[in-house]
Order: sequence, then structure tokens, then C-alpha cells
Amino acid sequence: MARNGVVSWRRMSEKLDLSPPLVSEEAHVLAVDDSLVDRKVIERLLKISSCKVTAVDSGRRALQFLGLDEEKSSTVGFDGLKVDLIITDYCMPGMTGYELLKKIKESSTFKEVPVVIMSSENVLARIDRCLEEGAEDFIVKPVKLADVKRLKDYMTTARDVGVEESGGGMNKRKLREPCDLMMPTSPPSILPSSPLSSSSSPSKSPSPPLSSSFSAPASPSSPSSLGSPIRRLKMTNAD
Amino acid sequence: MDRNQLQRQVALKRSFLFEQCYLDPQQFVQLEELQDDANPNFVEEIVTLFYKDSARLFQKIEQALYSRPIDFAKLDDYMHQFKGSTSSIGAIKVKNECSQFKEFCLAANADGCVRALERVKQEHQTLRIHLENYFQLRRQAGLVQRV
Repeated sequence: MARNGVVSWRRMSEKLDLSPPLVSEEAHVLAVDDSLVDRKVIERLLKISSCKVTAVDSGRRALQFLGLDEEKSSTVGFDGLKVDLIITDYCMPGMTGYELLKKIKESSTFKEVPVVIMSSENVLARIDRCLEEGAEDFIVKPVKLADVKRLKDYMTTARDVGVEESGGGMNKRKLREPCDLMMPTSPPSILPSSPLSSSSSPSKSPSPPLSSSFSAPASPSSPSSLGSPIRRLKMTNAD
Repeated sequence: MDRNQLQRQVALKRSFLFEQCYLDPQQFVQLEELQDDANPNFVEEIVTLFYKDSARLFQKIEQALYSRPIDFAKLDDYMHQFKGSTSSIGAIKVKNECSQFKEFCLAANADGCVRALERVKQEHQTLRIHLENYFQLRRQAGLVQRV
């Protein structure tokens, strides 16, 4: 396969029938937080990082926005809705961020969208639960610009390389090009013939800082939950 | 007072707020970094929002505190929300008093909660006065600049 990442990406984009507007759009983030102050701050953090933001004040409203609320389903289809990241507070009245995470991961349309949890409390058990349920990352509040910039990176990653499925899902894990992004690829791509998944050059990539939210590749046979940097950190520190 | 003097006053006030631990410099600077030419007063906007929201939360807290029987879990929840906001603007002293309040909630100590709430409100108000002063100075310094 071509070593020139740009060329192989273009070929891939043709395969995937990617239209240019999709790729050049700003990332769209759905932010969920019951705190008015925090909502304003996260909104600003995201906007200053060149993201489009939709900020809602509850898990329920988030589900409504995504068209996943069973009781208030919109008659208009949400197929065209592109959400590149969902960032949610953990402690919220009604539906917690954890419950919201579960609902999103249960949805066929949005389960591939990276979900990040924010919490003012640094509770390991909580972090564990969230990561096990498929959260991409866990940020301890107050959220900093550096945190958002990091999130931006994995949204950009998925967007640069393209999306395989239609309907709102950005699959960050499966279509990364190592040459472009200096990161090794992760476990099996959903495209069996994809040239990208087999090319993994760990020696090229800088070792990511442990606080980074990039998902490092596990060996192909290991579960994807090991990809979380927080989980790796825990395992490294285990006696 | 000329621009330089005003700007110096702004800087001094800012240092004072940090040195006296009214504000966490790390967090406050983070907020300042979100300001740009298009949003030059973001920090003031956030603080204004904080104080507006505080009023609402204080009402809820007081209602819960003076209802019988007291639902300490609810009380703790409300204070948790408020504490989160204080953390977001870097209000150290207020946040510490919030933690005290939460301790009393955990111990189901109603009297302790009442006293702690008073201290929360005191610190909250003191900070408000300081911040209003700071933002006013800032605006004055800015205005002079524009002339």
C-alpha cells in the first residue's frame, strides 16, 4: 500500500464516496451539562477550538436532540445529523452522564460517536464504569483549554480520514492513517479490505503522554477497552 | 487618571485577588484565555452568570434547609451544583466554605449547615464586591484606551 498517506487517503475517500463539504466542516459537538456556568464555559472552550456547539442542560434533552428519546421522537428523521463528539457532565439530576452514555452506546446511529465524561470528582470506580461502558475519555473539572484541544485531536483524526457509515457516526478507531497522524492504527477495521488497518508502525509514532486521550492500539486480539489511556495507566501502575 | 495608571490598578487588583486566595490564578487565567477581540468580556460575563445562578441555587438550598424534615441528600446535591460553579470560576474561598457545608450535610447536622451557609454567602458576597470593582477598573482602563 502506498506509504504516502495523503494519496492513500484520497483513494480511500473515493472508495467511501466522501464529498468534500463533509470533510471540511467544523466538528460538531453536543455538550451536556446542567450547570449554566459550566455550559457557557464549555461552549466557549469548544468554539474557541473551532467547533460548532450544541449545548443542552440535561441527558433527556440530549437524547431528544439526537432523536433517541423514545417518548418524544421527532417525526423528522435525524439521519442528516452529524455529531462528532458528545461531552457530558456525570452528575446531573434526572439522567446521569453515565446513563446517557449507555443510551448512546445502545443506539445504532450514534454508538460510534465518541463520548467524553466530565466530572468534578476524580473517582476511580466512576472512571472505570464510564470507560467500560465505552466512554472515550474522562475529564476532571474544571475543563481546561488543553483538555478540549486534546478532544479536538481525536475528532479531527476521525474526520481527516473519513467516515465509513452514514448517519452521524464518526468512527475514530477504525480509519486512522498512521503516516498522516503519527499514531499507530487500532484494531480491525470494519472494511475487510481496508489497507489502513494493517499498516501499523509503532516506531514512527511518538509515545503519547499518559494524560493524552489518544487511544493506543492494543494487539488485534485484545478488547478495545484497553485502548483507554486511563486504563493503561492503571495497568501500568498495578503491582 | 491616565490609562497607564488605570491599567496598573487593574493589575494590582488582579494580583490582590490571587494573593489573597479569592481566586485561583490557574482557573481564572484559563477563563481569561477564552477572551479575544470578539469576546473581550467573557470572564465578566461568566461571573455575572455565576452570580445570577447563585441566587437561584441559594433559594433552593434555603428552601431545603428550612423544610422539615430536612432532605440532606437533596441539600448536598444543590450545594454540589453550586460548588461546581465556584470551581469553574476559580472562587477558592467560596468553594472551601461549600465543602464545609457539604461536610455538615454528610453528618446530617442542620445547625452546622445553617452556619456554613452563612459563611458561604459571606464569602460569596465579598468576592462579588471585589470582582465588581475589578471589572469596573478594567472597563475604565479599556475606555481610556479607546479614546
